[in-house]
Amino acid sequence: MNPEYNSAEMMTVTAARALENGMTCFVGIGLPSEAANLARLTHAPNVVLIYESGTLQTKPEVLPLSIGDGELCESALTTVSVPEMFRYWLQGGHVSVGFLGTAQVDRFANLNTTLIGDYISPKVRLPGGGGAPEIATNAGEVFVTLKHSKRTFVKDVDFITTLGFGRDGKSRDGVPNIGKGPTRVISDLCVMKPDPDTKELTVTSLHPGVSKQDVIEATGWDVRFVSGLETTSAPSAHELMILRDLKERTARHHAGESVGEKS
Amino acid sequence: MAEFLSLHDAVSNYVKDGITLAMEGFTHLIPFAAGHEIIRQERRDLTLIRMTPDLIYDQLIGAGCASKVIFSWGGNPGVGSLHRLRDALENGWPRKIEILEHSHAAMACAYEAGAAGLPLAILRGYVGSDLPKVNNQIKFIECPFTGERLAAVPSVRPDVSIVHAQKADRQGNVLVQGIIGVQKEAMLAAKACIVTVEEIVDDLGVGPNACVIPGWAVAAIAVAERGAHPSYAYGYYPRDNRFYKEWDAIARDREAFTRWLDANVLNTEGAQQ
Repeated sequence: MNPEYNSAEMMTVTAARALENGMTCFVGIGLPSEAANLARLTHAPNVVLIYESGTLQTKPEVLPLSIGDGELCESALTTVSVPEMFRYWLQGGHVSVGFLGTAQVDRFANLNTTLIGDYISPKVRLPGGGGAPEIATNAGEVFVTLKHSKRTFVKDVDFITTLGFGRDGKSRDGVPNIGKGPTRVISDLCVMKPDPDTKELTVTSLHPGVSKQDVIEATGWDVRFVSGLETTSAPSAHELMILRDLKERTARHHAGESVGEKS
Repeated sequence: MAEFLSLHDAVSNYVKDGITLAMEGFTHLIPFAAGHEIIRQERRDLTLIRMTPDLIYDQLIGAGCASKVIFSWGGNPGVGSLHRLRDALENGWPRKIEILEHSHAAMACAYEAGAAGLPLAILRGYVGSDLPKVNNQIKFIECPFTGERLAAVPSVRPDVSIVHAQKADRQGNVLVQGIIGVQKEAMLAAKACIVTVEEIVDDLGVGPNACVIPGWAVAAIAVAERGAHPSYAYGYYPRDNRFYKEWDAIARDREAFTRWLDANVLNTEGAQQ
């Protein structure tokens, strides 16, 4: 009844559980995609997954390496152009939740995927915004998932690529036609939610075996815990089986295909 | 009416030093063969536009073809960084490049506005993002009807766009299938558009709502078999994910990159004359 699992599996399973059956989810590549497909294969068979490459209501057999893998298109209800995806489906208000990964998140849930350091001469240049800036404001709400460390959970991000609640927690206030923003952040240690008043990310649930001290040491701000702090339920044997199957056939699929003529 | 040219001639006729060039294909149908031909012809000072620079622009940047890149997501999908882009930005190798950075939604809208002949695109975007602070081409306007504050960006109007497609018929009508990205918008936004195709067929064999671009809207068509490799062409060949992973090590190191370029781009036959 108490199967063995690792912290990455704990994170993915917890992230998957955040999705409810029937939600329409705009899925980011990587961890969000893994979690969203696990949800679809377990408790949420009718979750609608859409990817920014234009694939609507897709049901991939294996996880895509890129946002535009053929698998996403072949298993989709239909594939639309990228302008249609962003304009009609996202901006038009058809997405209930955006599921995003990020390089960094700060205490007000702002996301940085642009750079570390200064814009003109960056210490580390990251890929940039992609779809996230508008997913985060035009989707009904946003889930964020990333691994916990002092480098990833920082007090203030160097660059706000994608709005959480701004530098003061108030940047969404009074803005018309804007979503709720990040409603939960799922890491390999815990779940955080924005404080209803200040919007500061606050720990609401610790994963089994994780202490408050573990989270404090891995977080770049003076992190707070809600009263009535919960313990996340451990992954079930069923969830683990489905997740491991999915990852195993994904690994087999991506290892198997190469033409290699230019390598 | 589209002219049927060799890839060499299509590039040499249309892609001149200093032009603004868009090469599109959203993960799918990326026109790599055309990119390699541009590298072989040693084009310089190009302003390169592309939502996801991908390996194709990493190669063009590393080969010294670009002076400016306009983009919205500059990574190696599922793998990591574009090391040639980073080396150019962080160290100016092989030359300094300028960047202008957007979000996907803004670039998609900007292509669409370009195709529609408009000077600007309007979107509900960039709310609370720092991108407008570092890109002076992102402005905000007030809706004249509701007063809502909306983002505005200039439309994309490239001198030349290059896309890859599955096939064209003998009249030069082009079929794009699968993930169509911003292919059509990029084609129609440009002053001239080059399409590379897997094959020329007698009949495209499609129904009424297929994504077909008429030959009279295309400047030149060149056959480039496997012209999107290592990306993929739906119905022809899969994405070479292993190469995308291998690229990380090749691109990380200037010498390894230069060797790869010599062996795989510069010293190969490439386009059929």
